[in-house]
Amino acid sequence: MQTHFTLAQLADPETARSNDILRKCVHCGFCTATCPTFVLLGDERDSPRGRIYLIKSMIEDDRAPTAKEVRHVDRCLSCLSCMTTCPSGVNYMHLVDHGRHHIEETFTRTLPDRFMRGVLAYLMPRPAAFRWAMVLGRLAKPLAPLLPATSSDPGGATFLRRLRAMLEAVPDKVPTPSPVDRPQVFPALGVQRKRVALMPGCGQQVLAPEVNEATVRLLTRLDIEVVNVAGSGCCGSSVLHVGRNDQAIELAKRNITAWLREIDGAGLDAIVINASGCGTTVKDYGHMLADDPVWAEKAKQVASLAKDVTEIVAEVGLSGIVPRPLTVAYHSACSMQHGQKLDALPKKLLREAGFMVKDVPEGHLCCGWAGTYQVLQPDLSRRLRDRKVANIESVRPDVIAAGNFGCIGNIASGTGIPIAHTVELLDWATGGPKPAALI
Amino acid sequence: MQMPPLDPAILARRSEIVAALRAIVPGEGVIDDLEGMRPYECDALSAYRQMPLVVVLPETVAQVSTILSYCQDNKVKVVPRGAGTSLSGGSMPVGDAILLGLGKFNRVLEIDYANRCARVQPGVTNLGISKAVEHEGFYYAPDPSSQIACSIGGNVAENSGGVHCLKYGLTTNNLLGIELVLMTGEVVRLGGKHLDSEGYDLLGVMTGSEGLLGVVTEVTVRLLRKPTTARAVLLGFPTEAGAADCVAAVIASGIIPGGMEMMDKEAVKCAEAYVGAGYPLDAEGLLIVELDGPPVEVDYLVERVAEIARGRGATTVRVSNDEQERVLFWAGRKAAFPAVGQITPDYMCLDGSVPRGRLVEVLAEMREMSKKHRLRVVNVFHAGDGNLHPLILFDANDADELHRAEEFGADILRLCVRVGGVLTGEHGVGIEKRDLMGVQFTEIDLDQQMRLKCAFDPDHLLNPGKVFPQLRRCAELGRVVVHHNKMPFPDIPRF
Repeated sequence: MQTHFTLAQLADPETARSNDILRKCVHCGFCTATCPTFVLLGDERDSPRGRIYLIKSMIEDDRAPTAKEVRHVDRCLSCLSCMTTCPSGVNYMHLVDHGRHHIEETFTRTLPDRFMRGVLAYLMPRPAAFRWAMVLGRLAKPLAPLLPATSSDPGGATFLRRLRAMLEAVPDKVPTPSPVDRPQVFPALGVQRKRVALMPGCGQQVLAPEVNEATVRLLTRLDIEVVNVAGSGCCGSSVLHVGRNDQAIELAKRNITAWLREIDGAGLDAIVINASGCGTTVKDYGHMLADDPVWAEKAKQVASLAKDVTEIVAEVGLSGIVPRPLTVAYHSACSMQHGQKLDALPKKLLREAGFMVKDVPEGHLCCGWAGTYQVLQPDLSRRLRDRKVANIESVRPDVIAAGNFGCIGNIASGTGIPIAHTVELLDWATGGPKPAALI
Repeated sequence: MQMPPLDPAILARRSEIVAALRAIVPGEGVIDDLEGMRPYECDALSAYRQMPLVVVLPETVAQVSTILSYCQDNKVKVVPRGAGTSLSGGSMPVGDAILLGLGKFNRVLEIDYANRCARVQPGVTNLGISKAVEHEGFYYAPDPSSQIACSIGGNVAENSGGVHCLKYGLTTNNLLGIELVLMTGEVVRLGGKHLDSEGYDLLGVMTGSEGLLGVVTEVTVRLLRKPTTARAVLLGFPTEAGAADCVAAVIASGIIPGGMEMMDKEAVKCAEAYVGAGYPLDAEGLLIVELDGPPVEVDYLVERVAEIARGRGATTVRVSNDEQERVLFWAGRKAAFPAVGQITPDYMCLDGSVPRGRLVEVLAEMREMSKKHRLRVVNVFHAGDGNLHPLILFDANDADELHRAEEFGADILRLCVRVGGVLTGEHGVGIEKRDLMGVQFTEIDLDQQMRLKCAFDPDHLLNPGKVFPQLRRCAELGRVVVHHNKMPFPDIPRF
C-alpha cells in the first residue's frame, strides 16, 4: 500500500522497517477473517488490516494517537494469527510492536491504566516478586466477587474490572519453588548426545514449576545434558507487549550475555524454551537488537540457537515409550502455531508417544490469555476463553495438551477437563511420573 | 477517479446526522472521528480511497431498517459494506454518504440438512458457511479466492464466482433466498428454501446489483454434498499459448472439470514461495484442473485430461495423490493475488471475461500491451470459464505508474469486449470499470438498467457513483436523454 513517509522519517531504522512492512500489505483483508477480535467485534478497527491502518496513520503523521486509536491497538492479542493467514508476507508482529512503542512514547494513559501496566511490567519479569504478589493476591482473592464483573466502559476495562481479573488469575495454591530453577547442570542419563540451555522463564516457574521439572527429566532421559544458566531469566515478551521496548531489550541483553558465556565455555547445541510465548520472542532477538552494532551479531547468534522443546525432542527422537491410551485435544498456542509456525510437530510427537490426538475446531483462534491481556482486556479475554473451551469440549478429550503455561492456566480456569503441558505428557509416556493434572 | 459532487447541505448537517445514528446504534457502532474512519477509507481496491461522512455498524435488522428510512427521509446517501474485500471498489466510501458496515452480522442462523440449505447473516464469510457444515460432508459451492474473508452478503451483491463455478455455477445459481432492506426501510424477503420464486425473479435482479438496490440482511444458500472423490492435476506447459489451447480443448471434448485455473510463470513463482505446493517453476503456463465425482469417473477423466494436455505439449503432468495434496495444489492458487504482493508494492487486479477460444490471442495481446505501458502483468485466472484476472504491477507511490496502470487496465478490458467478452466476470463494476460501461453497453442499455435502479431507489441514495458512468435522473428517463447536446442515435426517426 501507498505510504507517505518523509526522507527524514525513513532515516529512523524502526520507521524504515515499518515502511517496508506497510508496502507489502495489499489491503486484501484476508487477515480480518482469522483475527479473534474481529471475529468477536466485527469492526475493521479491531482487525489486523484496520490496526495496520491506525498504526500507519500515527507513525506517518508522527503524532500522539487518540484514546480511541490506542483502545483498538490495545485490543490486539499479538496472537499473530494474521501472519499465518497473510499471503503477502506482512510482518504484523514488528509493525504492532512499533505501534505499541510509539503509543508508549507519545500517549499519556490515564493514571489507573498506567498504574496497572506499571505493576504488571514490574512483576512479570521478576519471579521472586511475582511469587510474593501471588501469595498476597491469594489472601485478597476472596474479595474478587465484590468487584464489578463487567466494565462500565464498553471500549476498555475499568480499573476495578481489571483488578478483579487479576485476582481471579491468582491460583488457589501458589506452588513452592522448584529446585530445578536454580542455576545448575543436569547431566544426560546415558551417553550425552546434545548439550542445551533451558530457559528458566519467569511466570511459568512460579505458576507451573512442574513444566521445567518434566522438561529436565525428559531431556536428560533422552541423553541431553541440560544447563540452567546463571543470569538467564525472563525473555522480555511481557514488557515488550505493553510497549516497553527498553526494558525488554535490557532483559534480552541479560539473557544473551548469560548464554554466550555458556556457548563460549562448555558450548551449547541449543537454547531450549518450553513456554512458546517466550520462544517467539527469543527467536526474534536478532530483530530486537538489529540496530545496535555491539549486540546485533550476538543477538542473532543466540536467536539462531533458540528452539522449542518439541523441536529438540524431535531431533533426538522419542524412545522407551509406554503407550497411554488417552485422547488428547491439542491446543496449539498462538505463539506456537503462528509465532513459531510449529503446529504439526507437537501433535506428531504426542502421537508417537501413543496418544490419540484430536484437533480442536477453530484451532487458529487465541484462547484469550495472551500474557498481560487477560488482565488488561478481561472481557474480550473471557469471551475467547469460553469459545475455546466450548471448541475443546466438542471433541470430548480425556486430557488437553498445550505448549504454553499461560494457555494452560487460562483454559483450566474454564473447564473440568484436565490439562497438561505437552512435555509432561511426553515425560509420562517415556517413563516419567503421571502429570499432576491427571491424578 | 471522479465521483459525484459532494452535497454541501449534507456535509453541513454532519453532526446532526451523527447524533441521529447514535440514537439508533448505541456504543462503539457509530464512528465519526477521522482516525477511526481512516481504516474504512477503502476496500481491497486500495488505489482509490475516500473518507466517508460517518461509519455505522448496526447489529440488528431493525437498526438497518431505521437507518435506511432515516436516510431516505433526510436524503442522506448510503454505501453498504461487507468484509471490504471488493476488488472493484464496490464498497469504497463516498464523501457525503454514510458507510453502512455489516461486519457485526456474523452468525450462522440455521442449518437445514433436510432442505440442503443454510440461513446465515450477511457478514458470515463464504468459507465460514462451508466450515459450519463440513463435518456432515456438505459445502457451499461458489468459492472466490478471497473466500476466507469475503462475506456472503458481498457475494450476493457482486454475484461472486470462484474456481469451482465452472461446474457448479456462480452465487446466483446457489442462492435460494434473501432478506433485504429497501432504501425506505421496508424489510422484504425474496425466495426462501425452495427452488423457484413466485412472480418475477427478483432474487435474480438483486444478485449482482452491487449494493445499488437494497441492503442484504440475511442469505439462504444451497448446500451441496461434497463429491465422493476429487483430484487435482497440475499441467505445466512450455508456452502460455499451449496452456490456453489445452483449456479450450478440454472443454471442447465435453469434459466439465470442477475447476480449471491458469497461472503464468510469475504467479507460479509467487504462489510457490508462499505455500510450497510443488508447482513446476519452469512452466510458462500452469493449469490446475480438478475433476470430481465417483472414483471410477474421476480416474477416467484424469487420464483423458492428461492425454489432451500431453497432446498440447504439456511438460508436467502431476495428479494429487491424496486430499492433503489436492488442497495444497489449490492453496497456492487461492493465495496467488496477495502473494504477488511479495514482488510489488501494489497491484491492480482486473476482471474481464472472454470466450475460451480467444484466450491464446488475448494473452498474446496483453503481453504486447505490457510492453507499451511499461508495466508488468501477472495472469492468474479462471481459465475454464474464460474469466481473466490480470494483475498489473505498479507502485502507488509513483503517480505516473498509477496512471499507466489505469490506462493499461482499461485497454485490457476494451480488448475483452472487442473479442466478444464482457467487462466483468465476477468482481463487479464498482468504480473500477464504471467509466468503461459505455464500451460494453449503448446508452439505451444503460438507460434501461437505470430504470431498474430507479424502481428501487428513485433518489439515487444507495451506493452512488458506482456502476453507472453518468448520473441519470430518474425523472429524465421517461424522455429522451440528451448528452452533451448530442441526441443518441440521431438517425432513428422520433415521434
